[in-house]
Amino acid sequence: MNLEILTPEKKLYSGEVYGVQMPGISGSFEVLEKHAPLVSALKAGRVKVLKDKQSHVAFFDITGGFVEVLNNKVTLLAEGATIVE
Amino acid sequence: MSGQLKEVRNRIKSVQSTQQITKAMKMVSAAKLRRAQDAIVQMRPYAKKLQEMLTNIVSNSEGEVSMPLAAERPIEKVLFLVLTSDRGLAGAFNSNVIKLTKLTILEKYDAQYRKGNVTIWNIGKKGYEHFLKNNYKADATHKDIFLQLTFENVQKAAQAAMKAFEEKQFDVIEIVYSQFKNAATQKFEVERFLPIPKLEKKEGEKKADFIYDPSKEELIAELMPKILNTQLYKAVLDSNASEHGARMTAMDKASENANEMLRNLKISYNRARQAAITTELTEIVAGAAALQG
Repeated sequence: MNLEILTPEKKLYSGEVYGVQMPGISGSFEVLEKHAPLVSALKAGRVKVLKDKQSHVAFFDITGGFVEVLNNKVTLLAEGATIVE
Repeated sequence: MSGQLKEVRNRIKSVQSTQQITKAMKMVSAAKLRRAQDAIVQMRPYAKKLQEMLTNIVSNSEGEVSMPLAAERPIEKVLFLVLTSDRGLAGAFNSNVIKLTKLTILEKYDAQYRKGNVTIWNIGKKGYEHFLKNNYKADATHKDIFLQLTFENVQKAAQAAMKAFEEKQFDVIEIVYSQFKNAATQKFEVERFLPIPKLEKKEGEKKADFIYDPSKEELIAELMPKILNTQLYKAVLDSNASEHGARMTAMDKASENANEMLRNLKISYNRARQAAITTELTEIVAGAAALQG
């Protein structure tokens, strides 16, 4: 599954991932391989990117945004986002 | 004679030092232009995807989509967002933006202007100074965006404009800015910011059976402000790149002109020098001839 995190200032992340957890507006949720097409609004919170089945993860703090899932491609749009070290 | 020589020499020196400045400014602008262009390229995927999402949702929803941000009211109060630069020496860049603003006011909003209902929010110092001097209702709240060009700062301005529109302080909001074409050309434009045009449905755009969370209407209501933020951000970035492009061309022209001037000055310098030598020679020869009697 391919993930892209875009902000107006730059492309923050792009690559193959196993799954991604996001703070949906009505509660946190996770998207894995072959998820059904989805458009959702996100609230401010932390995005967890699962890079593979082992525990390689990356975190991003976003100030709200949107996510679209289509054909195994996840596009996350956030107005403000920072990588959490 | 030697007085004239010295004058020309001083003049040459002053033109040379001016040329050094214009050359340096050109290089600085070229570097800044590259950075400004990069910012535009970086923003594009985000803006494109946002627009795609909106089109997708609108095409998949039934019936009309209504929003407070799309409300068309009788036009009584007008707001202009005018994007100029903070610094001069950029050719006709700032004056073109200002001219276009005045022309638009004259052509489209003259009645409102006479009643004093046209407000101008200036982004960039040059425009602010001008409109203040010429008794327009100029507002400087968002003047300093170019000092620190971040999405966050632009977002603040966009949100303030949206809020003012929703509170009916203004019935229409226009952006006047310069679109970036390439380093040498800019296109000066007036763009409608609010109310947003009716969303058009594109048939055959229904790609898949999407799950929407929350409902489509709420999603559109959430998306719209983000799109407007991006629209203003894009205008600001374009204006920034245009400014540096305009300055680069202006400074290039100035350096060229300085070259031309130097060439002419050198010719007059040599001529004056030659004339001085000739006179001196004639004087010596004449003197010698007089002695010999």
